Amino acid sequence: MSRFLGILTCLMISASVFGQIEVCSDCQFKTVPSAIESASPHDTVLVHKGIYPIHNMVITKPITLRGLNRPVLDGEDKGYIVKILSDSVSFTGFDIRRVGISHTEDYAAIYSFRADYLEISDNHLEDVFFGIRLEKSSNVVVKDNIVKGRFSREFDSGNGIHLWHCKNARVEGNDLSGLRDGIYFEFVDDSYVIANRSHHNTRYGLHYMFSNDDDYLDNYFYNNGAGVAVMFSKNIKMINNRFSHNWGTSSYGLLLKEIYDAEIKMNLFEKNTVAISVDGSSRIYYRNNDFIQNGWAIRVTGGCYVNQFTSNNFISNSFDVSYNSKLNDNLFQGNFWSSYSGYDIDRDGWGDIPYRPVKLFSYVVNRTPETIVLLRSFFIDIINFSERVTPVFTPDNLMDDQPSMKKIKW
Amino acid sequence: MVAIQEISKKYRKLEVLKDISLEFNEPGIIGILGPNGSGKTTLLKTILGMVLPDNGTIRVNGIDISKDYNYRNEIAYLPQIATFPENLSVKELLAIIRDLRAVDSKYMELVSLFGLEQFLSEKLGNLSGGTRQKVNVVLSFMCKSEILILDEPTVGLDPVSTVKLKELIKSHRDMGKLILLTTHIMGIVDELADEIVYLLEGRMVYRGFVTDLKLSTQQDSLERAIVNEIHGKDVVDLQI
Amino acid sequence: MKFTEKMWLIFKYSFKDMIRAKWIIVYLLFYLLLGFILLFLNNDLSSSVITIMNIIIILTPLIGTLFGVMFYYNSREFTELLIAQPIRRSRIFMGQYLGVSLSLSLSLVIGLGLPFLIFGLANSAEIFNFIMLIFIGMALTFSFTGLSMWISLRNSNRIKGFGYSVLLWLFFAVIYDGIFLSLLLIFENYPIDQFSLLMSMLNPIDLSRILVLIKLDISALMGYTGAVFQTFFGSNWGIVISGIMLLLWMTTPAYMMVRSSKRRDF
Repeated sequence: MSRFLGILTCLMISASVFGQIEVCSDCQFKTVPSAIESASPHDTVLVHKGIYPIHNMVITKPITLRGLNRPVLDGEDKGYIVKILSDSVSFTGFDIRRVGISHTEDYAAIYSFRADYLEISDNHLEDVFFGIRLEKSSNVVVKDNIVKGRFSREFDSGNGIHLWHCKNARVEGNDLSGLRDGIYFEFVDDSYVIANRSHHNTRYGLHYMFSNDDDYLDNYFYNNGAGVAVMFSKNIKMINNRFSHNWGTSSYGLLLKEIYDAEIKMNLFEKNTVAISVDGSSRIYYRNNDFIQNGWAIRVTGGCYVNQFTSNNFISNSFDVSYNSKLNDNLFQGNFWSSYSGYDIDRDGWGDIPYRPVKLFSYVVNRTPETIVLLRSFFIDIINFSERVTPVFTPDNLMDDQPSMKKIKW
Repeated sequence: MVAIQEISKKYRKLEVLKDISLEFNEPGIIGILGPNGSGKTTLLKTILGMVLPDNGTIRVNGIDISKDYNYRNEIAYLPQIATFPENLSVKELLAIIRDLRAVDSKYMELVSLFGLEQFLSEKLGNLSGGTRQKVNVVLSFMCKSEILILDEPTVGLDPVSTVKLKELIKSHRDMGKLILLTTHIMGIVDELADEIVYLLEGRMVYRGFVTDLKLSTQQDSLERAIVNEIHGKDVVDLQI
Repeated sequence: MKFTEKMWLIFKYSFKDMIRAKWIIVYLLFYLLLGFILLFLNNDLSSSVITIMNIIIILTPLIGTLFGVMFYYNSREFTELLIAQPIRRSRIFMGQYLGVSLSLSLSLVIGLGLPFLIFGLANSAEIFNFIMLIFIGMALTFSFTGLSMWISLRNSNRIKGFGYSVLLWLFFAVIYDGIFLSLLLIFENYPIDQFSLLMSMLNPIDLSRILVLIKLDISALMGYTGAVFQTFFGSNWGIVISGIMLLLWMTTPAYMMVRSSKRRDF
């Protein structure tokens, strides 16, 4: 009881120390910038329901901006809405519309520069060019926002949540759609991307460039040009995400390009044209992933060394693994392959004959894509079979010598 | 009843029927005779509409048969070879014909005449060749029709059944039917036929009443009479 | 109408004759066994659907071919007797054709349907794929029964008729795709997407395969850049056009068979 009283007194003190300013059509402050102008650092500006035309509003002091009953900030297509240039700003509960669009400047609904300890949450952004663009800002939290782009072509749309040169960011629970990249990280280290939904974006659901030591977990990526692209980065952990319906000519669930030391665990890849496309990436551990009904489960191009594929489920993919070279330095072991037709006489749970996941036909399709219409033809089965018996075009050491007889559970 | 006008038929280069014209206007039994490959069966099949002649027309009761298949209501057919769907019973087979066309309401008498009652529920695949031939006979004689076409009717029948069949044929003539039959057995022709038509290499070389033939050639045996008659027309290579 | 009544009669007897034959029972048992084994072995409906597709698109045409030929030559004499009856030839052959192909289809539906029903297909998301597979199997049965009966009608020599029919099956099942693949590889530097679709439409087995691919492998099919492919596989056009073509493949052989029956001597 005494403890509760203590907390209460603390709150009362803080309320008296940090003031609260209200904005509404009948209030003393009728516009948000005027309220911010008069606010002291660490005050709370409470914005009531209403439509507020605003553009290029600059925040230069630590402040809490809170929308009550979802007030609307209308940018009238004139440029940025909010520019945060101070640490410790919290921006919560707004609906934002009509951000400007420009081919020379990357207008964003919420922009920050050299501003640490930000919290941007529970905002609904519509028709944005860029949604939330944070630069050189660390220890930021971007949470539970909904960002909708213009659902137009790649070159005239921007990214939903765009971080550049940031550290310790946490992007969580956001819903991103109709953008170029749902989430874009460039030079962002030690950050988390958790439980977001990123879909119907023209390029990637999530995009890492030159970023290290990041984790992304529990996200759902669907119907994007490609689900996630991780490029030129190190030590990225990718766990328990779902990648689905990323369909198209150069479409992937996950694209890995020049990355090292990554872990890819417990993800579900379903109905993607290519579940994972790997290009020049080494020391990557793939474990306990489900690959279901993808065009290609794993497509390896360029030099990829010391990668391990263990205990994954490959179920009903048109092609399980495709390679463009005859060399193989990667390990496939203990996976479940639904197209494995071997047997297990000693009943140890592992197939007695190895499984070769690379089909000759995948080479043919790489060379002449139109031949895809012959997929699953009896004739193709015959040539695949003969290649399996005596490998000529496919790496002869590329095989899973311990294929699981049953779907692997974890 | 049947009028055949200048029909001919070629199978590739082989001329099976050459310019044959025939008319049958009176009831009676006509024996169609001739050596193997002389076109007897083909001639019968053209009347049945199974073989389509290259030239000429055939009329049954004045109607051109190439125009309307319903004339076949008036023709019953006994084919040479009796094979039937193996997995159907005799009863089911009879039902097919009964549903296809007008049938004598007393057809079960025919079934018992040939002793087929015990086989009624038997599958046709399990019947012997002779029994199947009896079924074949019943199938054709049960039809209500003015014209009967019998292709080698006695082949495969035992003597008793042969006698029964001959009686049956006679009784159908007495009903006023036109019966066309082919056979190699001269005894049957001698016994049954009122008139004979003789084919050789697809041509009709003789047509006449059996009694006239015997009279004109002064031969008692029909076989000899025919040989005589044909020789008289300067035809060589005759084999009967 | 009297003539359809007669066709119905011919159909009924042919159907009865077929379903009492021991080979069709073997065929039914085969599907039953296949269905149960597949479901028992991996208990996964979607991969069973793929295996069954592989079997259906090869086996149903072969069985349709064999039964079509066998039925035709075995019942040739009886057919002749029927031709001498007051019934149109087209009704006889249509009736027999329907009797054979429907009895084969019935084996397929029961033989595969039963195991899948027992293993709880009704609750599965695969039900649509499965029903489509059954329809494809039926279409192929109709198509190849018609083709083989047509070939048989045109060849009074049993050995020839049998040989040509099986050869035709072999052609569509294997050889065609070999030629197809070679052509695609030879002309790979030319725009061949339309050509490749056309080639797929001209073979009922390929056509059926494409219909299944659109459902099961759409992820892979969408990987190709050509606009023609994108429209064909990405929209419903692919299913509509392939469906119409398959329908044509189903009906045309029967039509050709009936047509040539009218001009033939028996």
